[in-house]
Amino acid sequence: MRNAARQTLRGWGFTAPALLWTLAFFIVPFLVMGAMSLATLDGRTLVWGIRFDNYAELAGKAYLWRAVVISVEITLTVTIVSVLLAYPLAWIIAFRVPQRWQRLALLLAILPFWTSYVVRSYAWLLVLAREGVVNQTLMGLGITSEPITIANTRFATVTGFVHFFVMLLTLTIYANLIQLSPNYRRAAMDLGANAFQTFVHVVLPLTLPGIITGAFLTFVLCIGDYVTPQILGGNTELTVPQVIMVQLGRRADFPLAAALAIVLMGIVTLAYLACARWLRLDRL
Amino acid sequence: MNGTVSKLRIALLGTAALGLLAAPAMAEEELNALVWCDHTDAALIEPFENEHGVKVNLREYEGTGAALAILEQSRPGDWDVLVIDGIDVFRAVESGLLAPLPDDALPTADFFPEVVMAENNTKDGVTYAVTEKFGYNTISYNSDKVDAADMEDLSAAWSEKYDGRISIYDYYLPVMGLAAIADGIKTGDITADSLPKIGTVLGDMRARAASVAGVVAAQTALATGEVDIVVGGGEWLTAVLAEEQPELTWTIPKQGAVRWSQSIGVLTDSEKKDLALEFVKYIVSPEGQARLATSACFWGMPANAKAGSVLTDAQKKVLRWDDQPDYLARTQLYPAPDTDLDGEMQDLWLETLQQ
Repeated sequence: MRNAARQTLRGWGFTAPALLWTLAFFIVPFLVMGAMSLATLDGRTLVWGIRFDNYAELAGKAYLWRAVVISVEITLTVTIVSVLLAYPLAWIIAFRVPQRWQRLALLLAILPFWTSYVVRSYAWLLVLAREGVVNQTLMGLGITSEPITIANTRFATVTGFVHFFVMLLTLTIYANLIQLSPNYRRAAMDLGANAFQTFVHVVLPLTLPGIITGAFLTFVLCIGDYVTPQILGGNTELTVPQVIMVQLGRRADFPLAAALAIVLMGIVTLAYLACARWLRLDRL
Repeated sequence: MNGTVSKLRIALLGTAALGLLAAPAMAEEELNALVWCDHTDAALIEPFENEHGVKVNLREYEGTGAALAILEQSRPGDWDVLVIDGIDVFRAVESGLLAPLPDDALPTADFFPEVVMAENNTKDGVTYAVTEKFGYNTISYNSDKVDAADMEDLSAAWSEKYDGRISIYDYYLPVMGLAAIADGIKTGDITADSLPKIGTVLGDMRARAASVAGVVAAQTALATGEVDIVVGGGEWLTAVLAEEQPELTWTIPKQGAVRWSQSIGVLTDSEKKDLALEFVKYIVSPEGQARLATSACFWGMPANAKAGSVLTDAQKKVLRWDDQPDYLARTQLYPAPDTDLDGEMQDLWLETLQQ
C-alpha cells in the first residue's frame, strides 16, 4: 500500500514540472485572454467585465468575418498542397533513396529551415517580383511577353507557406513511412494487389496518422502566422493575425484582439476534433 | 581539511575577482528609452553615451498603442524616455505617463515654427514633449518610370495610367489624410461625415494598388521595381536609397500632402529624470538633430533649423532643405482623430483593404 502511494507520489513528481509549465504558460494565459475578450474599451480605458460586445462586433463587421474566411481558405490550401508535395518526397527518400544517402537527403530537404523565416519570406518576395527570377525566366522562355503579378497575391502567400511546411510534413511522413514493415507491401502484392492498390489499401491507411499529424501541425502553424501573409501577401487581403495586429498597433484594442484570438483557437479546436481519430494522443 | 580551505579560498578569490571585473559595468548608469527605429542608429546614440558615461538601452516599437501597452505592463521606473507620434502626445499626457519638461532647457526658438506644435506638446501651459523630427507622407516614385509632371497631381498617382504600379503605405491615418486632401477636405476637418467621401477615394487607390506595404516592404517594392509609386511615401522612404538609386524620389503635389512629426519626452516614473532630460536636450541639439535626421533606419527633417549648420550640403539636398518653407506651407498635419473617429477610420481602412 505504502509502495503504491510512493509510486503515485513519484508519478506526480515526474509530471508536476510539465503540468506547472502547462498551467503557467498555457492555461493561465488562455484564461486571461478569454477574460480580456469579454472586457471592453471605454474610450481608451480598459473596462473588465463579462460582456460580449467584441463577439457582437466580430459578427457585425463583414471585414472581420472575411479575415476568418481568408485565413481558413489559405490554411486549407496550404495544408492540402503541402501534403500532396511532401508525401511523394518522403516516399522517395524512404523507399527509393539508398539507406546510406537517406540522412543526407533529409538534411537537404530541411536545409531551408536553417534560414530565418523573415529572410526566407523576403527572398521569396524578390523571386516572385515583377523583375524577379520567375518573371525573367517566363519572359526569357517566351511564355509571357511582360511581367505578371505574382508577388503580393494569395498565390505568393501560399507559395511561401508551402515551401516551409513541405519540409515539416516530409519529416513527419518520412518518420511514419520508415516504420512501415516492407512485409505489408509484399503480402499485398502476394495476394494479387497491384502497386496502386497496395498503396491505396495498405500503405496510405497505415501512414495516415503521420500525414494527419503533419497536416494538423501545418494547419495550426499556418492559421496563426503573421509574417508570411504580411510580407508576401502585400496586404491585398488580411488574415486574422494581421487584423489582430492592426487592432493592437495604434488603438491597443486588446479586447477585440483577444476575441479574434479566441475565434482562432476555436477553429484550431475544430481542426483537432476533425483529426483526433488519427492523432492518437491516447498513446501518450 | 586543507583541501577544503584551499578550495574555499580559491572560491572567495574568484568571487572577489569577478566582483572587481563586474564593478565598472555595474557602476555604469543606464537609460532606458522606448523609441522608433531611427533612434537605434549607433551614430546617434554613441556620442551621448560617451559624453555622459552611460549606456542607453533602446527598445523599438510600432504604433502608439503598442508603446502604451508596453508602458502599462512595465514596472514604474523601467522606462525613462519615450519617443511618440506627435499627434499622440496627448494620449500619453492624459495617461499621466509624461513628466513636465522645463521650457528654458529646450531650444524651440530655433525650430521651424510650424513644427514646434505647442498645441500637441503642451497641456494647460505645461510642456510634456518636444518635436524632434518631421517629414511628409506624400508621393514617392521612380522618376525613370513615371512622368514627374503626373506626380504633381495627387489623383494622377492612382489613375488608370498607373494601374498595378502603385503601393499604398500601410498606415491608415496619413493615407486617409492624403485621400481627404485629394478630395479637398482639410485633415483637421475630418469628421465621421467626411468618411464616405474619403472611402471613395481610398477605394480608387486600393483598386489601382499592387500592395499595401509597411516601411521595409514599400522600400523593397520601389527599389526592386515591383511598383513605381508609393502613395504615402516621402523622404523617409527614399532618402536612404538616394546614393544607390537617385531615380527614386518624392514630391509634394499641388493639392499638398500630409506632414508627420515625432516628439520626445521624459516619463513620469523615471528615476533618472535629469539624465533623461539631458538625452532629450542632446536629441534636439543641432548635432543630435543632424544625426537623427540622417539615421540609418529612415531620414527625416530635423525640427531644429540649426541642424542645417551640421548637415552636409549633400544631406540637405536629399532632405530638400531649401524647399522646406514651401513644403511646410503646403502640407497639413496628419489627422488626429478622437477615439470614436479613430475607430471609424480604422474600420473604413480595413473594409477597403478587404474589398
